[in-house]
Amino acid sequence: MTDRAGETLADASRAAPTVPVAPAARPLPALAAAALSLLVVALAFGWHVSVGAKPMPLTTVFEALVAPDPELFDHIVIRDLRMPRAILAVVVGASLAVAGALMQGVTRNPLAEPGILGLMVGASFAVVLAVGVFDLAGPAWLPPIAAAGALGAALLVGLVATAAPGGATPLTLVLAGAAVTALLGAVITAANLIDQDSFENLRVWLNGTLAGHDRTVLAWTAPWLVAGFAVAFGIAHQVTALALGDDTAVGLGIRVARLKALTLFAVVALTASAVALAGPMGFVGLVIPHAVRLFTGADYRLIVPYSAVAGAAYLLVVDIAARLVLAPIEIATGIVTALLGGPFFVWLVRARL
Amino acid sequence: MSDLHAPAGPVDAPPAPPRPVKRRGGDDVPKALDGRGSERRSTREPSPRLRCEAVTAGYDGTPVVHDVSLEARPAELTVLVGANGCGKSTLLKTMARILPPLSGRVLLDDRAVHDTPTRRLARSLSLLPQGPVAPEGLRVRELVAQGRYPYQTLLRQWSAEDAEAVAAAMADTDVAQFADRPLASLSGGQRQRCWIAMVLAQRTDVILLDEPTTFLDLKVQVDVMALLHRIARRQRRTIVVVLHELNVAAAFADRLVMMKAGRLRHAGSPREAFTAEALLDVFGLDARVLHDPESGRPVCVPRVAGGNVP
Repeated sequence: MTDRAGETLADASRAAPTVPVAPAARPLPALAAAALSLLVVALAFGWHVSVGAKPMPLTTVFEALVAPDPELFDHIVIRDLRMPRAILAVVVGASLAVAGALMQGVTRNPLAEPGILGLMVGASFAVVLAVGVFDLAGPAWLPPIAAAGALGAALLVGLVATAAPGGATPLTLVLAGAAVTALLGAVITAANLIDQDSFENLRVWLNGTLAGHDRTVLAWTAPWLVAGFAVAFGIAHQVTALALGDDTAVGLGIRVARLKALTLFAVVALTASAVALAGPMGFVGLVIPHAVRLFTGADYRLIVPYSAVAGAAYLLVVDIAARLVLAPIEIATGIVTALLGGPFFVWLVRARL
Repeated sequence: MSDLHAPAGPVDAPPAPPRPVKRRGGDDVPKALDGRGSERRSTREPSPRLRCEAVTAGYDGTPVVHDVSLEARPAELTVLVGANGCGKSTLLKTMARILPPLSGRVLLDDRAVHDTPTRRLARSLSLLPQGPVAPEGLRVRELVAQGRYPYQTLLRQWSAEDAEAVAAAMADTDVAQFADRPLASLSGGQRQRCWIAMVLAQRTDVILLDEPTTFLDLKVQVDVMALLHRIARRQRRTIVVVLHELNVAAAFADRLVMMKAGRLRHAGSPREAFTAEALLDVFGLDARVLHDPESGRPVCVPRVAGGNVP
C-alpha cells in the first residue's frame, strides 16, 4: 500500500462509496404515504375487531362502526367489548413508539426506549405501590402516579449513568436501566409474594395486557395523552438538530435545556399513559422507530408522526397474535411484544454498538 | 449573500485563489496562498465583527481561560493555536455562547452574544463543534438543511430561500454530488465539508470552527482550510478556527492567536506571531522558523538532535 502524495480528496470521492448507496429517498409523495399508512392502521383495526371467540366478517365490523344497530348482539359485542380493546392498542402502541423515538433522538442512543431505560418499571412500581400497598386505586390517580414513577426512574437512571466512568454513554444508560429495572422488579415481586390477595388483580396487568379496558381510566388518561402527543409533535423538528449534538444544537439556536425538559415531559406523559392503561409493554418503543427510519430517514419531523401510526398498527397486530396463537388461551400482549422485541434488541446491539 | 460568486474580495485583499473553482471534482483547492495579504491589509483594517473583552471562562466556576481580549475581522481567518488543554476550545465555546464567561464579555457588533436571544444570534454567528457526530442514516441534504433551523418557525417551515441557501452551501463546499447519500458513507474529508456546508447554510457573517481538520490527512486538512480561506475572502465572512497543526495554521491564518495556560501570549499576522521564540514559549517546541520563498508564509522545522541528513 504505497502512500502516494496524490491520494487526494478527489481520488477518495471517486473510490467511494464504501457503503452501498440507496436511491434518492422519494418513493412516494408525502400525502400518499400518509394516506397509505393510515389505511394500514384502519385495516389492522378492522382485523383486530373481527377476531375473537366468534370471528366476525369485516363487513359486520364496518357496519357496527359506521351504522350500529343497538338490537344486534354482534354490534353490541363489537362496540362495547372489542372496539375499546382495539382503541387501547392504538393509543398504547402510538404512545410507546413516539416516546421511544424521542428518547433515541435526544439521548443519541439507538437502544433508548421507555422499557430499557427503566421508565416503564418505574411507572409500574409506583402504581403497584399506590394500588397494592396504599390502596390508592382511583382511576384519576393512576396516570399521575405512573408519571411520578416514570420520572423518578428516568432521573435515577440518568444519575447512575452519568456517575459511571465515562459518563452517560449508550452502554452505561442501558446498564443503569437494567439495574433499576432489576431492583424495582424485585421489589414488585416481593410485594406480590407478601400480599397475594391484593395483587391478584395486578398480576395480569403487570405482564402488559390490553384486556382490562376500563373506560374511566382511558378518560382520565386522555389529558396526559393529548399533552404528551402535542409536545412530541411540536418539538419533533428540533429533535433532529439536537441529535447532531448539544453544541451543534446551541449553534443552530436551539435552547437545549428547555428542549430536553420538554422531551422528558412528553416521554414521561406518554409512558405513564401507556402503563396506566395496559401495564408495561416492552420493546414497542425500540422496534417501531427503527423500522420507521428505514422509510423516513433520520428526520424526526417524519419519524415522530410515522412512529405513532406504525406503533398503533404494530400493537394491533401483536394483540391479534396474542389472542390467536394459542387460542382459546390468550397470551398477555406484553409477553408477545417482549418475545418479538428481545431478539431485535440483541440484533441491534450486535449491529450498532 | 448575493456576492457568493463575486470575483474577488475587497480591493486590498489578496487576489482570488489562483486556480478557477471547479464545481465537480472535489479538488478545487488553491495551491499557493498569498501571505503578503495580511501586511498589506493592515493599512486599512476593517472594523472587527467579533470581540472578546477580558474574557475569563471555564467550567464549574474554575477558570480555564484568563483575561483574554481579541478581535476577529471580516474577510479574515483568525486561527487560535496552543498546546492541548491551553483553553483555546474553551475560549471558542465561550465566543459561541455555549459557555457563559465568568467575567468579561464577547461582543458581536457591539452587542453581547450572551445577552442575545439564541435563535437570533444563530442568524449572525454559527458554530461547528469539534468532532460532530450525525445520527445514523442522516443524508447530506438533511444535514445541510439543519442549518436553516434559525430561520424556521411553526408557520414558516421551509421556504424557497431555505432551498436556495442549502443548494448554494452544497455548491460552495462541493458536496452537491453526495446530496442524497448518508453521511456515514463518505470519507472524513467529505464529511467535514458537509458539516461546513451546514454552517454555511446558516448564512451567518461570523463562523466559528473547533478543530475542523483533526484526524484528517494533511492534504485533506489543506483542502478544508483552503475552502475556509476562500469563503472568508469571497463572502467577507469573519472566520475563527481552532487548529492543532502549526504549519497549517501558519499557512492559512490572517491573524494568528497563540494561547498558553489559558492566556493569550502572541497575536498578529503569521509573520509577526509565528516566531521561533513564540513557539518555544507557547509549546516548548525547539524549532527553526523558515519562510516560504513563494508565499512568504512562515514554516516551522523542529530541531532534532543528531537529525542531520545522513
